[in-house]
Amino acid sequence: MPETDPEENPNKLAAVITPASEAQRAVRVVDAPLAPPSANQGVLEVFRRRYLLRILVRREIQARYQSSFLGFLWSYINPLSQFFIYWFVMGYILMLHASVENFAIHIFSAIIITHFFTESFGAGTRSIVSNKALVQKMAMPREMFPVAAMLVSLWHVVPQMVILLIVAPFYGWVPSFTGAFAVVLAILLMMLFGTALALLFSVANVYFRDFGSAVSIMLHFVRFGVPMIYPFSMIVVQFPGLVDYYLLNPIANAVLLFQDAFWIPTLSACAPGELPVPEGADIHAKAGCTMLDIAQPDHLIERGLIMLAAGVLFLAFAQWVFTKLEAKIPERL
Amino acid sequence: MTVSVQVDHATKNFTLRYHRNLKDMTVAMLKGREVSNRFTAVDDVSFTIEQGESVGLMGLNGSGKSTLLKMINGTMRPDSGSVLTRGRIAGLIATGAGFHPQLTGKENIYLNAAVLGLSEKETDAIFDDVVEFADIGRFLNTPVGTYSSGMYSRLGFSVAVHIDSDIFLADEVLAVGDKPFKRKCLAKMQEIRDSGRTVVYVSHAAASVQRMCDRVIVLENGRVGFDGDVDEGIHYLKYDEDDEPQPADGKRSRLAEADDELGADI
Ligand SMILES: Nc1ncnc2c1ncn2[C@@H]1O[C@H](COP(=O)(O)OP(=O)(O)OP(=O)(O)O)[C@@H](O)[C@H]1O
Ligand SMILES: [Mg+2]
Repeated sequence: MPETDPEENPNKLAAVITPASEAQRAVRVVDAPLAPPSANQGVLEVFRRRYLLRILVRREIQARYQSSFLGFLWSYINPLSQFFIYWFVMGYILMLHASVENFAIHIFSAIIITHFFTESFGAGTRSIVSNKALVQKMAMPREMFPVAAMLVSLWHVVPQMVILLIVAPFYGWVPSFTGAFAVVLAILLMMLFGTALALLFSVANVYFRDFGSAVSIMLHFVRFGVPMIYPFSMIVVQFPGLVDYYLLNPIANAVLLFQDAFWIPTLSACAPGELPVPEGADIHAKAGCTMLDIAQPDHLIERGLIMLAAGVLFLAFAQWVFTKLEAKIPERL
Repeated sequence: MTVSVQVDHATKNFTLRYHRNLKDMTVAMLKGREVSNRFTAVDDVSFTIEQGESVGLMGLNGSGKSTLLKMINGTMRPDSGSVLTRGRIAGLIATGAGFHPQLTGKENIYLNAAVLGLSEKETDAIFDDVVEFADIGRFLNTPVGTYSSGMYSRLGFSVAVHIDSDIFLADEVLAVGDKPFKRKCLAKMQEIRDSGRTVVYVSHAAASVQRMCDRVIVLENGRVGFDGDVDEGIHYLKYDEDDEPQPADGKRSRLAEADDELGADI
């Protein structure tokens, strides 16, 4: 390349550029197969590219509270305000404090896991559309975005768990091995179902933004479909025929697992082992227990494990649908 | 020679939707107007590019160049046919990089590099060069959403050229840069070409294509209209006809010549 200073001699710019025909080309040996540029293995690929995932998660965490004065505090204010509303309305106005022992722990443990699910699902559904700029121009596994949204929500679970772990001992809670197992199982369940639903709806939301709005309405109902603002025993007492269907809901399962770990151990009279769920409405309360204290379904862990297997299948299904619809994402955005 | 990009009967259709909501759609259907329509942006395109070739992709607006590049870079998939590539692909598509508007320039450099498969260490290694080349000064730590379109494409270009890719795609990268930057870009792209990387260069500027490329593919309404020699391709497109009024003395102005050399014609 001739040493011409283009600044001095703007008219001789051409000299800087060697014409294509005269160029001396280096030979570059590319040690890679000829492959489709967009090939990927779906969700599995996401975990192969952990560094990129980490950047996206960090970005999401930053972005969620960007240009807000209280910033990260909002992720506590939101579940805590929910907690106080339920604690007050359900506890005092509807007087559940009287009939449900340690109702506060009951609510708060349920809020943590439910909130994790609704955040994963809600933010995951919006994730592809809100990362439009990237999705349209860069080739990357698009599963990244719903998965990152789920991980961001999981990250927000940590401080709430810390609060719970500080408060629960005051209610007589002691940690146990089975409790820890139940917590991990519940979180895994919500990770699987949250990611699967987020995958399905994030791509649907690209096609029609109606899905995003529909999801936020659906999420309102989630809170009523789990034993959070009422105890599970209330379902058993009032809708005995519906109990089996109620338990088909993975979120209700996860909530029950969480309460098994945090709430049940704090109950004074009724140890979890002595709380069988009888067939139908025929419930026997142990002496000293009120009717509403008692019910916790049998074989919770086993149910959870079966749900986990169902969750894996559901995720596989969601991935299958995602792959089918994904090809048209950039043009429909 | 090894094949670098192989496009085999690739076709991409878009569905044009004239109405986006239920009300409009119902009204249109009741009036018997069409609600949607299929449009073939890339139509049965086939070609093979060898490693190290530098190909100019030309064609009028809307002829499908950016769509074809998106299929080569993997953001879009062909509806039928296939696109195969070998090695890492970097570049700019439709004038801009895939940046996240809320992230700062610096964060975007890392994100962009990570998407292209670089590790944190590898990005650290090129970071200073990227920043120096882009030369956007203290704006590096402000969100790219606030950048001018020139600054935006400078940063995008800078990241793309510093990543050690095997295939480099450049879609109208010079359209918004200022003159000193264009000069730097052309020199850099030449360096890329001479290092044996495959280059696919989209431009409406015949002079710069002439300088950069050793083959031209012309798209016409999504089909390959011409594939071959650069000068013939430019002639095929009639881009070589000088429609500027010639000065009476037969000499062209210094400015016009300088523009030509940079390929800065509109
Ligand atoms: N997402 C989309 N939905 C519908 N039509 C699209 C979409 N993207 C591109 N098109 C259409 O495809 C055609 C080709 O577009 P493309 O961007 O590939 O053109 P181009 O050759 O790059 O043009 P230019 O020279 O202006 O950059 C255009 O008619 C455009 O309207
Ligand atoms: Mg274009």
